[in-house]
Amino acid sequence: MGVDINEKLLSNDQDSILSAAASDIRNKGFIIASADKLFNWARSGSLWPMSFGLACCAVEMMHAAASRYDMDRYGMLFRPSPRQADVMIVAGTLTNKMAPALRRVYDQMAEPRWVVSMGSCANGGGYYHYSYSVVRGCDRVVPVDVYVPGCPPTAEALIYGLLQLQKKIRRTATIAR
Amino acid sequence: MKNSLKDEIDEYFVIIKNIVGNDIIDTNEFYGEKQVVVKTNKIYEVLAKLHSNSLVPFDQLIDITAIDYPDNIPRFEVVYILLSTVSKKRLTVKIRVNEGDLVKSSTGIFKSANWSEREIWDMFGIFFSGHPDLRRLLTDYGFEGHPLRKDFPLTGRVQVKYDTEQNRVVYEPVNLIQEYRDFDFLSPWERPEKDSIDDGDKN
Repeated sequence: MGVDINEKLLSNDQDSILSAAASDIRNKGFIIASADKLFNWARSGSLWPMSFGLACCAVEMMHAAASRYDMDRYGMLFRPSPRQADVMIVAGTLTNKMAPALRRVYDQMAEPRWVVSMGSCANGGGYYHYSYSVVRGCDRVVPVDVYVPGCPPTAEALIYGLLQLQKKIRRTATIAR
Repeated sequence: MKNSLKDEIDEYFVIIKNIVGNDIIDTNEFYGEKQVVVKTNKIYEVLAKLHSNSLVPFDQLIDITAIDYPDNIPRFEVVYILLSTVSKKRLTVKIRVNEGDLVKSSTGIFKSANWSEREIWDMFGIFFSGHPDLRRLLTDYGFEGHPLRKDFPLTGRVQVKYDTEQNRVVYEPVNLIQEYRDFDFLSPWERPEKDSIDDGDKN
């Protein structure tokens, strides 16, 4: 049964995981799972993004969080403090003046942490690529896990990016051997 | 018979000319809105008179902005846009300023001039004397240059990146990985020579 649960932890099928775990506890009094997969399951199921809106992308980010797309159903709820957050969504144009502040906020986030670069401006400067005041891609300042293209990306695109991030987390080996 | 709008505007413009007539260098009209160019060293007195007269009191300063004409002498034009909420009239007051000239700050008349003048100092490098706090408004801390001057390079002079050895964000000279490309062949501002356009439909 333990192997079975491990396989199911990799899938999105929450109901079958829960029923399998419940029947194991009922019959044997314990369940067996490999720890790194359990960690990854827990981490990808409670990605708390920090609300860090810089420009119009932030409006789409709000749409993704609001009732129609509802990020909360993936266990993603916005946190107002970097110390409580797992993901930073860089939503908008990153200017030279803002760059040190963005880096400081990133440094304040606790490990493990991930960054989603949202929209053309954060990906590579976008419309402002040749500007004197804009960072040509937020990956010059923070390490980025997922790039979401678009100007601005739709709320669906952002959700898709976050689901890609979940996949990325699930296939990471969290325990160093 | 009722006066037409044009008559009304002409009428109030006569009043303005009476108020600040001696300091006017030039007058203009643009889509029914009046503009006056006044003597640079008299701008404070002109604005004070326009603000405090009882006939057409311009009680609100909408904006101050500036334009860089690199071929003109004096080089800059500073534009004050005024509104009289009492008389429902607008007026544009312009002065011509050279590089390094002092313009008397109008913060004593209009509170809102504070940030407008800071922005102009930031973007054009026009200095306002008597301003209470003439710092840069928009650009980065320690920024050098005035970006809206026509001779300022579009991409600026510095860019930022995070230095993993120093553990902080550092400045470095601009290095464009991709050359600047301009695909807007139809722009009336930077249209290339007519023969150089490769028109795909020509043959």
